[in-house]
Amino acid sequence: MLVPLSENRPIATPEDVVAVRQAVRQRAVELGFNLVDQTKIVTAASELARNTLQYGGGGTLRIEEIIEGPRRGLRLVFEDDGPGIANLELAMKDGYTTGNGLGLGLSGAKRLSNEFDIHSRPGEGTRVTIVRWR
Amino acid sequence: MERIPILKMGEYLLVTIQVDMHDRLAMSLQDDLTSRIVSARAKGVLIDISALEMVDSFIGRMFGDIAAMSRVLDAETVVVGMRPAVAITLVELGLSLPGVRTALNIERGMELLRGLISARGRDDAGSA
Repeated sequence: MLVPLSENRPIATPEDVVAVRQAVRQRAVELGFNLVDQTKIVTAASELARNTLQYGGGGTLRIEEIIEGPRRGLRLVFEDDGPGIANLELAMKDGYTTGNGLGLGLSGAKRLSNEFDIHSRPGEGTRVTIVRWR
Repeated sequence: MERIPILKMGEYLLVTIQVDMHDRLAMSLQDDLTSRIVSARAKGVLIDISALEMVDSFIGRMFGDIAAMSRVLDAETVVVGMRPAVAITLVELGLSLPGVRTALNIERGMELLRGLISARGRDDAGSA
């Protein structure tokens, strides 16, 4: 897999979540995503950036353009050094939340992506990776 | 501090969201609208989201909360102008905005509001 382009973004404030949405939108447009696919990856990014901020206490997003064979796509890696997630299976369930949200962040972001991967252990932070192919 | 403007037209409040809202701004809109419904004695709230390129679970929940709060305060809320790509994404995200009335555009939204408000008036008269 080739990664011709990569940028890092901080996620430390609610304004950063907006900046993340705009940066992801711009990359998706540059890659030639159609409007629905742009909206899906931007919405997934918004959910995950908010999780990074609210549950992870802030962190970073790495935005990567990726090429695999004939396919081009966008890979987003959200990382934080927060408390981590004790029960990943439960955290992925629709409607489950330890905060005051709707519990759709992780499960919804997964539905809006082509590939989804989460690594988390208590005390070791959380890393969520999503890919959307064009 | 940054604020989303709320316009009053007769017994209606009109909100046009034209910026990509961060979560605090969305919360302040919810608080402002709730107070304005009471202070303006509004019967209807129209929220135009035709400029919004994305609605995530936080913003979606805000619409639900505004609709519920306005109902408790004897006002109806209609959300208008959702873009098709936003609607597709919202449903796939898992959010169908239960309890939120929607209309295609401002004109239809106003019609819907008028209908809802006059139906309420009739109910009140009937039970009195």
